[in-house]
Amino acid sequence: MIGKILGKTYVGIVMLFLYAPIMVLIALSFNASRSRVLWTGFTLKWYTALFHSNAIMKAFGTTMALAFLSAAIASVIGLLAALAIYSMKRRDYKIMLFFTNIPLLNADIVTGIALMLWFVRFLPLGFSSVLMAHITFNIPYVILCILPKLETMDIRQFEAARDLGANSAYAFTRIMIPDLIPGILAGFFMAVTMSMDDFVITYFTKGAGVNTLSTLIYGEIRKGIKPEMYALSSVLFLLVLIILIVVNLLTGSEYKNSERR
Amino acid sequence: MKKTITIILLIAMICTLSGCKGSSSGGSLTVFNYSEYLDPEMIAKFTEETGIEIKYEEATTPEELYTKYSSGAISYDLLCTSDYMVKRLIDEGQAQEIDFSSLENYKNIDPKFEKLSESFDPGNKYSLPYFWGTVGILYNTKMVKEPVDSWDVLFSGDYSGQIIMQDSMRDSFMVALKYLGYSLNTKNEEEIKDAAALLKKQKSDVSSYLVDEARDEVVAENAVMAVVYSGEAYLGNEYNPDLAYVVPKEGSNLWIDSWIVTKNCKNTDAARKFLDFLCREDVASANFEYIYYSTPNKAAVDAMDEELRSNPAVVPTDDSIKNCEVYEAFDEKTNALYNELWKEIKSQ
Amino acid sequence: MNRKKIQVLSIPYVIWIIGFTVIPLLFVFAKAVTSPQGAFTAGNLIAIFDPVHRKALFLSIELAFISSILCILISYPVALILRSSKIRNKKIILFVMILPMWMNFILRILAIQMLISKNGLINHFLSLLGLGKISIINTEAAIIIGMVYDYLPYMLLPVLNCVLAIPDDIIEASKDLGANRFTVLTKILIPLSLSGIGSGITMVFVPSMTEFVIANILGGGKIMLLGNVIEQEFSVTMNWNLGSGLSVTLMIFVLLTTLISGRTVSETDKGFVI
Repeated sequence: MIGKILGKTYVGIVMLFLYAPIMVLIALSFNASRSRVLWTGFTLKWYTALFHSNAIMKAFGTTMALAFLSAAIASVIGLLAALAIYSMKRRDYKIMLFFTNIPLLNADIVTGIALMLWFVRFLPLGFSSVLMAHITFNIPYVILCILPKLETMDIRQFEAARDLGANSAYAFTRIMIPDLIPGILAGFFMAVTMSMDDFVITYFTKGAGVNTLSTLIYGEIRKGIKPEMYALSSVLFLLVLIILIVVNLLTGSEYKNSERR
Repeated sequence: MKKTITIILLIAMICTLSGCKGSSSGGSLTVFNYSEYLDPEMIAKFTEETGIEIKYEEATTPEELYTKYSSGAISYDLLCTSDYMVKRLIDEGQAQEIDFSSLENYKNIDPKFEKLSESFDPGNKYSLPYFWGTVGILYNTKMVKEPVDSWDVLFSGDYSGQIIMQDSMRDSFMVALKYLGYSLNTKNEEEIKDAAALLKKQKSDVSSYLVDEARDEVVAENAVMAVVYSGEAYLGNEYNPDLAYVVPKEGSNLWIDSWIVTKNCKNTDAARKFLDFLCREDVASANFEYIYYSTPNKAAVDAMDEELRSNPAVVPTDDSIKNCEVYEAFDEKTNALYNELWKEIKSQ
Repeated sequence: MNRKKIQVLSIPYVIWIIGFTVIPLLFVFAKAVTSPQGAFTAGNLIAIFDPVHRKALFLSIELAFISSILCILISYPVALILRSSKIRNKKIILFVMILPMWMNFILRILAIQMLISKNGLINHFLSLLGLGKISIINTEAAIIIGMVYDYLPYMLLPVLNCVLAIPDDIIEASKDLGANRFTVLTKILIPLSLSGIGSGITMVFVPSMTEFVIANILGGGKIMLLGNVIEQEFSVTMNWNLGSGLSVTLMIFVLLTTLISGRTVSETDKGFVI
């Protein structure tokens, strides 16, 4: 019993550690003062101001488009690559993984400037160049999320389906994909998160007039973050919380079904 | 599966294509500026009045701006940067001469800036002053009893652990050089090393090296004093009335951020309209009220109310700038020495 | 499907790697082995032995190492507690734990700064309770807190996935065979979750090594990690050659560490299972 309480307290403390800064940010979105170090009263004005700020709303749109598009493309390329890598011989497998790891190892600024120097040669910088950069650093996360799933997957089911006369495409979409979905989703969400958080690579590969929330925030650090930004973050956070709970409830029930089977 | 790929590739292609267009249409300008340095409403206003579309880009430091500019990744028409970077760009032949006589509102700019700009733009051919100011000490009058008028407070050790220095090589060296009575543009190795030794000794007393965030730290009373740009002082004082700003008597840095038209700019007519627009009293006032940095626009200064105009952080007095110098660009060897010593100080 | 056919699927990825990873990397290598004037030199690679850089490298390793260890020490008990708890949907806890990652990284680090600064919220709270103040802002400890905070989810995910996946039967069997709780932990749970811990370490250690924003904001600019030096060379000093040289050495170094630790990120169970 005491162990249980201790355990709960411990998890609670870890949660507090993870959420304290988030609560600070949410609190700041209700702060009447423009300065982040003063509390001058409660207000909702930043939430209304938020929807009137063209720059923020536009950057929000760009950020989302970038995050989901790059994650989607990275997921497709990554899924195909993961399947191929999984079937490779040990040596090729290692080589592929080596290259997969490289984007994770470089300092962002090095990747950003190298990509910029390269893009400049054949592509005017704009939304598309940032998109390509994001796909580049997203693919590894997708592959690294799908591969372990493949390795623990029961390949016999797939072979059984083939033996029973299913063609490979059918067997693939009906047998393998459902099993891989958690991995693909995890990779996708990981990629969305990485894309939304990136500043340095976006900064160097973006074209004139293209802004993401990160590039806006970075520009604001020095002169003070605008409170509208806290408001947007809070809204976004709650939105994600709701989406994740819904997704989780849905997949959770599927999970139970499959267990029953 | 194939369908999905096709669809996604199609989307990607559409995006690529839409990303390409637009850059060549006639009435547009690509403008590069420091972040939070221009009221976004003024950009909208300019487009409304002239029909010229503005593509607006921001950078946080002169070096970042230079890196992005010189990569040629984006063809900028106009850019605003600091004195020594303006010099570098002019020296590299990146700037176009500006026909000041055709700028109707140029008369609003205080003529004294022509003289002040000489050091980085000899003959005043290329640059139009946008904001200016000094570097000084922002301090909390409640926590500092004696009058502050010298850089000495930063080196005396009396406020150990409560000092914020600028996280910039030039600005931190400037403080030490001026305190020692040297020029902030010195190329004398002995003098530079003296300053470095002083800064190394001072490091244990420094709470942190920050840039513009320094203001918030002093406002929150996490530190007693900070080396800041004069523009930060006004807002700092708004948030915490106990704060005061002083330009030390030994002298300091006087900085000017100016606009230049790049050599790539084809639409010089539009560029001229933009510069002229910035010189207009109402626009200069709006930009001033957006960030409260000192404006070289005399008409905008005259339009301020008395309280603002008499605030030395908003309008530096001639007396406070008499010992101040403008940064000059260093030669490569001197630059390397400064950088090397700065790295040593920071990593000590 | 035969192997050859499946391997065709990697073509888009191979093209992508060559186009957007290998070629840009060649740019970096080219910069790393030349001087700003364009002559060949090994100076930028040897520069890691310069006292300033060496110090920054060792400090980076030290902080990354401490952060990784702290992340394990925090994550593992959470995994064990969740394992033994009767909560039906444990995945939701997992979710809640990675959710903070969706707030912008810079905003989160600024929030930590507000919490631990001298007149920050924690000190405010402590003084209300009549307790003394903590002063950790602008120290290495503050940077470690920032790193642990930012990368903890990377450790929690694989560790939790691994520990939760260990079948109950094995534990039951060992208990039946007379193993006490300590033996179960050291002989069964930990060995079976090593892969998760391993990938967690890489996921925490690698980004901590190249990190500079956390060190800048929470270290007050007084502490230089190798990531800061590289960033400075690129964005302030504009010596891209030296910056590239240091990056390449850092890359080689990190690759070596991951090899020595016996696993690259990918070989282990990453376990980002939703």
